[in-house]
Amino acid sequence: MVLSVRLRSAVALAGRYPVLAGVDLDIVEGEVLVLRGPNGAGKTSLLRVLAGLLPLSAGEISVLGLDPVAESRALRPQVGLLGHRNGLYDDLSARDNVRFAVRASRLPGRSVDGALDRMGLSGRLRDLPAGRLSAGQRRRVALAALAARSPRLWLLDEPHAGLDSEHRSLLDDLLGDVAGEGATVVLASHEVLPEELTSRRMAYMAGGMVVEGGGPVPDTAVTDAGTDGVVPAAETGGAVTLRWHGDGQGAEVPSVA
Amino acid sequence: MWRDAVLVAAKDLRIEVRAKVALNQVVPYALVVLLLFGFAFDQDRPLLEQAAPGLFWMAVLFAGLLSVQRSFSVEASDGAIDGLRMSGLEPAGIFLGKAAAVAVQLVGLEVLLTLGIVVLFHTRLAGAGLMLATALISTACVAAAGVAYGALSMGLRVRETLLPMLLAPVLAPVVLAATQAWRAALGLSGGDGWRWLGLLGCFAAIYLAGGTIGFGALIEET
Repeated sequence: MVLSVRLRSAVALAGRYPVLAGVDLDIVEGEVLVLRGPNGAGKTSLLRVLAGLLPLSAGEISVLGLDPVAESRALRPQVGLLGHRNGLYDDLSARDNVRFAVRASRLPGRSVDGALDRMGLSGRLRDLPAGRLSAGQRRRVALAALAARSPRLWLLDEPHAGLDSEHRSLLDDLLGDVAGEGATVVLASHEVLPEELTSRRMAYMAGGMVVEGGGPVPDTAVTDAGTDGVVPAAETGGAVTLRWHGDGQGAEVPSVA
Repeated sequence: MWRDAVLVAAKDLRIEVRAKVALNQVVPYALVVLLLFGFAFDQDRPLLEQAAPGLFWMAVLFAGLLSVQRSFSVEASDGAIDGLRMSGLEPAGIFLGKAAAVAVQLVGLEVLLTLGIVVLFHTRLAGAGLMLATALISTACVAAAGVAYGALSMGLRVRETLLPMLLAPVLAPVVLAATQAWRAALGLSGGDGWRWLGLLGCFAAIYLAGGTIGFGALIEET
């Protein structure tokens, strides 16, 4: 069993506010993990930590066997991140956007048209400026850019947002296929998901912590977020003392060690 | 690094060709600035001739600020900067590519502004070699410093107002040196224009080296 992602007591701060407050999480290679949780639970922050865009203040992390910050140059080309925003250039066509993403990843452009086809972008849609596409079409262009890059780790934040039912199915099929090919998918969503995804492994986040479904780590190692509490500085690697509330609205840092 | 620079520059220039922001907004703005300088000095033709190099480089500075802001607004508007960061492109390549794209636009603008000072300020062009070398090196300075500071201010909510405030002092010596070099080239002063050009070369080397080395840290902080 090869782990794609391993997090232990992971703490990440936005300013002095801990967006991750001691996350323990294991994700096995080829697995599709669905992250659930209320707004502000830390799902987006967790994805950005895995992408190496947000550094840890304390704890341990390994993504595809690499440190996402110290070894970002080696890791990032293997990771595809789709955030709330699509990362498109409005004045470039759908095809040009996907082509740039592929060439920037030092891959041949052969995969561009296939990826656009896969996300149902055909005909004149490919040559329209992204700025003239609908929200759902833009989402599909962004997903096509990821598909064309074929990353080993897919980090998707509300990927179904704006998609109609037909294209939600296309996306679900795509995710099933890439997982079948050995890629790992981490998908954050609080939408109603199709059975294909709800049958996958789910992890629940609240208050910056994974409170259920973190993986093979003992549940006792995952801090109980159901009540208010404190993690002393010694248990967060000495960086911060954490105080959280069990209402899913995050935590606060009363002191920095 | 060079491959990445070419890729990013081509992308930025393609965006500008499609959007025509430089053509429809930056160029008219710079020409209007020149025109307003002309109005400010009214009919004082000798003074306009004397001041033309300085007014030219002030117009380039103002237009350069717009070009740099535009260069980063396309990255920030839909979160494309995260895509650049995740792509594996070398930060130095991104810096050089974005600076090259801004420089290409500025060179085109400078050709039009040169015609502008000839028509509006009755400037008689001379010392073409020194003028051209000064223009190229000053453009490199404006583009390199602009892109570095554009990255620095990109993640800030007040970037539109902060960028000019940060960049203008950094580029003040460039405007001064470029103005003096052009004044010498045009025979408006007895100074040695090539010494000013040498100073500009030092600034260009510093800005390009600083941006190439530090751009990775700058875009990680945004």
